[in-house]
Amino acid sequence: MIRVRGLEKSFGDVHAVRGVDLDVAAGEVVVIVGPSGCGKSTILRCLNGLERATRGTVEIDGVDLSDRTTDIDSVRAETGMVFQQFNLFPHLTVEGNITLALRKVLGKDKAEAALIARQQLEKVGIPEKVDAYPRQLSGGQQQRVAIARSLAMNPKVMLFDEPTSALDPEMIKEVLDVMLALAEQGMTMVVVTHEMGFARAAADRLIFVDHGRIVEQGDPTEVFENPTEERTRAFFDQIL
Amino acid sequence: MARAAGAPEGHRFEGIAHPEKPLDADSRWETFPYWILILAGIVGYLGYLALFNEAYEIAWERISEGIWMTIRITLWAFAISLSLGVVLGLGRIAEADHTASAPVRLAATLGRNLSRTYIEFVRGVPILPLIFFLALVIIPDVTDWLGVSRQTVDEFWRGVIALSIIYGAYIAEVIRGGVQGIPKGQMEAGRSVGLSRLQTMRSVILPQAMRSIIPPLGNDFIAILKDSSLLSVLAVADVTRLARQYSSGSFKFRESYVVLVFIYVTLVLFLSFLLTKLEERMTRDRKGER
Ligand SMILES: Nc1ncnc2c1ncn2[C@@H]1O[C@H](COP(=O)(O)OP(=O)(O)OP(=O)(O)O)[C@@H](O)[C@H]1O
Ligand SMILES: [Mg+2]
Repeated sequence: MIRVRGLEKSFGDVHAVRGVDLDVAAGEVVVIVGPSGCGKSTILRCLNGLERATRGTVEIDGVDLSDRTTDIDSVRAETGMVFQQFNLFPHLTVEGNITLALRKVLGKDKAEAALIARQQLEKVGIPEKVDAYPRQLSGGQQQRVAIARSLAMNPKVMLFDEPTSALDPEMIKEVLDVMLALAEQGMTMVVVTHEMGFARAAADRLIFVDHGRIVEQGDPTEVFENPTEERTRAFFDQIL
Repeated sequence: MARAAGAPEGHRFEGIAHPEKPLDADSRWETFPYWILILAGIVGYLGYLALFNEAYEIAWERISEGIWMTIRITLWAFAISLSLGVVLGLGRIAEADHTASAPVRLAATLGRNLSRTYIEFVRGVPILPLIFFLALVIIPDVTDWLGVSRQTVDEFWRGVIALSIIYGAYIAEVIRGGVQGIPKGQMEAGRSVGLSRLQTMRSVILPQAMRSIIPPLGNDFIAILKDSSLLSVLAVADVTRLARQYSSGSFKFRESYVVLVFIYVTLVLFLSFLLTKLEERMTRDRKGER
């Protein structure tokens, strides 16, 4: 589903990603961890073309993102992205947030888009919030709307960049539960998170990144309990 | 609120105490907006002279004939400079996608640089000299170059175009400021659900930017009304020109300029009142937002 080869990304002098190879199979759930500034977000943002790779290739479902003839908008429509800061559209209701791209990108009519919005809100457990504005929702509810907004586009892959880091502790679970359910339904997911409970329960693979490189990867429990690299061990000691 | 540097400040009703704010009785006399009373007194007295004093009758008749001209200049110049400002303001921050084709990237680069040149140039010259330059040099040059008679563009349109070109640059900065004030995450979220850059701009960024664009835009509208008086240096028969004509012919300077100032202050205060109402309504209608 995802195929990354020799991915590098520099911002001027900052070499954020320094050669990453990554394959994610359809239905696989991959969790990426690593210290702050190690390049996790940058890797994720390269996967849906929000950042352009300096070197290397990214393929989503066989489509090469660096190829100039690729319609990047249609790739993005099939690649959901959930942000730490939710990034809901504050001037639109929950329904408006979800239906905007359905109508503008997929050309659905109003009624059909509204129906899809309701179904997705059902899925994330807040159908009653359909007419609310983002500011009227708690952080956890906002993040669930953001997930619903991505899911409505029927994506092949879902990317999550620290989806629970901006949430109060009591709201983390409601978002993780939605993500767990999604994983069980067979969604292909790449998740940057430090929630080790989620990694153990849902991830097929845990990847530890440091200084823009994959240091170690494997079965989550295995990597977590018996890291082979000293850096990985030091990192887990720190976040516990 | 980012104010276009160098642009004249509009006149706004700011600092009216909100009546719903509970004030303790002791300080109520201190926060009462006396300035409104004093202002109303001054404007009222000017109005009394201009409208009800016989000595001012002829001055009023002559000069008030230009009110419609002043309003027409203002409306046209605002409409044109707003269109120009939107194009220039968005042009100045045009960015091509990293996946865009070569012509699109070229267009964005050109757009950015040409808009910036325009804006910096116009903002680098005081308004009056620039009106002379545009109306008496550039526009005749353009008509010559097009091979049409110089009279195709009459004094009115020369003035309106000159004012529009100038305010287009100021409004461009207002638009740019409004758009850049929207967090980056909004564009990224729009792109992530598959909207194109233009679609995101139209459906996500601009509607949010409107809130911060409208107040300074209102200021520019009022500034255009006031600066329409500068067109009196061309042969445009607005209120200022009529006042100058009448006063130099009759030596009734006091009468002419009392009437003139009364007309402007009434128009400007009326407009600022409308704009304040408009803004209040906008904030009320959008309670749901952050
Ligand atoms: N747009 C940018 N311009 C310049 N430097 C950037 C940009 N984005 C990221 N960087 C730099 O690239 C490096 C990797 O950043 P990235 O955001 O990918 O890290 P991260 O692992 O997601 O960190 P965090 O855990 O803090 O979110 C950092 O040094 C960061 O400062
Ligand atoms: Mg990050």
